[in-house]
Amino acid sequence: MSDSPVAVEQHGPEHLHHFVDAEQQRDAASLGMWLFLATEIMFFGGMFLAYLVYRSWYYNEFAAGSRSLDIYLGTINTAVLICSSLTVALGVRAAQMGNRKLLVILLLLTIAFGFAFLAIKGVEWYQKYEEHHIPGRTFNADDLVRDYPQIHIDQRPEQIYFSLYFAMTGLHALHMIIGVGIFVFLTYHAWKGRYGPKYYTPVEIGGLYWHFVDIVWIYLFPLLYLIDRKPLR
Amino acid sequence: MATVAVTAERENYLNKEYGIRSWLLTTDHKRIALLYLASITFFFFIGGFFALLIRLELLTPAGDLVQADTYNKLFSMHGQVMIFFFLIPSIPAVLGNFLVPLMIGAKDLAFPRINLLSWYLYIIAGIVYLHCIVTGGVDTGWTFYTPFSTAFSNTRVIEAGIAIFIAGFSSILTGLNFVVTIHRMRAPGMTWSRLPLFIWAHYATSIIQLLGTPVLAITLLLVVFERAFNLGIFDPTRGGDPLLFQHLFWFYSHPAVYIMILPAMAVESEVVACFTRKRIFGYNFVAMSSIAIAVFGFLVWAHHMFVAGISLYSALIFSILSYLVAVPSAIKVFNWTATMYKGSISFTTPMLYAFGFIGLFTMGGLTGLFLACLGIDVHVHDTYFVIAHFHYIMVGGAVMGYLGGLHFWWPKISGRMYPESWGRLAALLVFAGFNLTFFPQFILGYMGMPRRYWQYPPEFQVLNVLSTAGSTILAVGYVLPMVYFLWSMRYGKIASDNPWGAAGLEWQTPSPPPTFNFDQTPEVTWEAYNYEEIPAPAEVPVER
Repeated sequence: MSDSPVAVEQHGPEHLHHFVDAEQQRDAASLGMWLFLATEIMFFGGMFLAYLVYRSWYYNEFAAGSRSLDIYLGTINTAVLICSSLTVALGVRAAQMGNRKLLVILLLLTIAFGFAFLAIKGVEWYQKYEEHHIPGRTFNADDLVRDYPQIHIDQRPEQIYFSLYFAMTGLHALHMIIGVGIFVFLTYHAWKGRYGPKYYTPVEIGGLYWHFVDIVWIYLFPLLYLIDRKPLR
Repeated sequence: MATVAVTAERENYLNKEYGIRSWLLTTDHKRIALLYLASITFFFFIGGFFALLIRLELLTPAGDLVQADTYNKLFSMHGQVMIFFFLIPSIPAVLGNFLVPLMIGAKDLAFPRINLLSWYLYIIAGIVYLHCIVTGGVDTGWTFYTPFSTAFSNTRVIEAGIAIFIAGFSSILTGLNFVVTIHRMRAPGMTWSRLPLFIWAHYATSIIQLLGTPVLAITLLLVVFERAFNLGIFDPTRGGDPLLFQHLFWFYSHPAVYIMILPAMAVESEVVACFTRKRIFGYNFVAMSSIAIAVFGFLVWAHHMFVAGISLYSALIFSILSYLVAVPSAIKVFNWTATMYKGSISFTTPMLYAFGFIGLFTMGGLTGLFLACLGIDVHVHDTYFVIAHFHYIMVGGAVMGYLGGLHFWWPKISGRMYPESWGRLAALLVFAGFNLTFFPQFILGYMGMPRRYWQYPPEFQVLNVLSTAGSTILAVGYVLPMVYFLWSMRYGKIASDNPWGAAGLEWQTPSPPPTFNFDQTPEVTWEAYNYEEIPAPAEVPVER
C-alpha cells in the first residue's frame, strides 16, 4: 500500500488515533464520566425513592433504627471521606502542575482514607450483626422496643429500615471498593510518570468518580444516622 | 459513482486482518457491530424457539404439550430473552454501532474499548442467562413481579436477575458511547441540524438507556438481595410494598419500549427518504419528536398499573400523559407519509419493510390508545389484547425496522448485495405471517382470553389455530433472510459504494468501509437528505 494516497494524519502520543486532538479526547472522556455519574444518580435514586416512601410510612421505626446506629463512627467516616475528597482535588492539581511525587503521595493518601472508611464501616456492620439487626430470620429489634417504651415500634417494618441501611451502605461500599481499585491503577501510572500538564484526564475523571461516591455518602449520612437524635422525653 | 475495475481487493475492515483474535480483541465499531449481530441472532432464535413452543401449546384448548409450570417458564423466558437479549440491543448495538460513527464522519465511537467491553458484558450476561435456562429456567414472567419473584417462585430468579443486570450495563455503555460520540466526534460542518434522523433517534434512545436502565438495575438487584440475603424492601409481610416494585420496574420498562421502537423509527426515516428520493418532510419535527418521545416516555409508566391499586387521580394523570405520547409518534407517521407523497417510490425490500412498519406501528400505536383509556384498560388488562398490542409495536415495529435496516445497509456492511427477489418474498412472508399471528389475538383479548394461561375454553380455538398457523409463516420469513444473507456474503453481487443512490456520509465511503471509515475526514457542506442533488441509480427499480 506504499503508493496509496491514504492521508496519514499526524498525531502526538497523548491522544488515541480516532480523536482529532488531545482536547477532543479530554472533552469526550470528561463528558463520558459525567454521563456515567448521571446513570449512578438514577441507580441510587431507586433506593432513595424507596427510602422516601418507607420513611414517611414508618417514621418511628426509621427513627429508632437511626438512633441505634453509632453516630461517632458515622461522623468519623464522614470526616474521613471529606478529607479524601480534599486529597483527590489536590491530586488533580498536582497532576496539572506536573508534580509527580506530590501526586503519588496524594493518591496514596486517598487510598488510605478509602481503606479507613471501609474498615470503620466494617466495624459498624459487625456491631449490627452482633445486635441481630441484620434482616432475615435472626432479626431481632427487641432492644429498640425496650429502649423507647414510650414510642410504638413495629418489628416488621423495622426490618425495612435495616434492609435499606444495608442495601444503601453496602452498594456505597462497593462503589468505594471500585474507587480504591481505580486509585491503585492511577497511583501505578502516576508513579510511572504518565500524568503531567499535558495529560491528566484519568486523574481528573477518576477524581470525578471519587467525589461522586463521597457525595452519595454525604446524603446517606443524614438520611440514615440523623433522622431523629433528639433526647426522648 | 463509477468504479474502475480493481484487480486487487481494496483493504477494508473485513479483510484487514483474519483470525479469531482479530475479532475477539477488535475495537473497530464495525466489527463489534458484527459480533453483536451474530450474538443477538443466536438469542433471537432461542427466544423464537420458546415462542413456537408457546404457540404449539395453544393450538389446542387443553394443556397437552407442556405442563402449566413449563408453560410459565416458556413465556417468561421468551419475554426476557427477546426483550433484554434481542430487542434492546438489536438496532442500536448492530446498526447503530456500525453506522453512528460513519454517519457523522468519525473514525470510531468515542470509547472503542468500552464498546468492546459492552459486547463482552452482553456475552457474560448471555452465558449466565443460558445457564439459568438449562438449569431450570425462570417462571416469574418477564416482569419479575414481587412478592411472587421474591418469596414464592421456586425457579432461578437470582440468576435471571443478575443476567439482566449485567445486560443492562452493556446497554448503558452503548448508550453512553453514542451520546458522547454524537456530541464530541462529529465531522467539521456536521451541525446538529444536518444530522441524519437516524442519529437523532439514536441520541434519544441513548438518553433513555442512560437514565432508565440504572433504575431497572437497582430494582432487580433489590429483588436479588431479597431472595439471597432476606432483605425486606418489597416484602409485604414486613410492611414492604409490591407496588413500589412495580413503579420502579415500569419506570424503566415502559421507556424500554421506546429503546426498542425509536431506533426502528431511525431506520424508517433513512429508508423512506432514500426510496422516495426526497428530503424527509418536516425534518425538525421528526428530529424533535424523537426527543419528545424520550421525554414523555419517562412520564407514563403507571399506565401498566391501572388495575394494580394506584389512586384514581394518579391513574387519571398517567392516562392523559399516555395519550400525549401519541402526538410525537403520530408526527413521525404523518411526516413519513407526507415524504412519500409525490415521491419516486421504489418497492425494494427495505422499502417493503418500511411500509410494513408504518402500517403495523400505526395499528400498535392506536391500540395503545385503547389501553391508555382507563375504562377500556380495565376490560382488556392482562388479556391477549395487550399481547397483540405490544407485539405490533415490538415485532411489527421494532423487528420490521431492524430487518429493513439490515437489508438497507447490508451492501455497506458486507460489500455484497442480497438477492432482491428473495428479500421481497421474505418481507411479504413476515408481513403476512405477522398479521395472521397477532391480529386474531386482538379479538381473543377483546373476547376475554387472559394472557399467561396454558389452556383455554374451546370457543377460542379457531382464532388460536389461526395465530399458530401465522407464527409458522412468520418463522419461515425470519429464517429466509438468515439463509440468503449468509449466502450473499460469498455469492452475492459485489455492491458498489452507493447502490441505492442514498444520501448520508456512510454511502460516500467504500463498501465495505476501510478500518478508519474515511480515507480523509469529510467536510460537510450540505444539508441532510439532499436527494435533489443525487442521481437515482439505474438498477433500483423506480415505479412512479
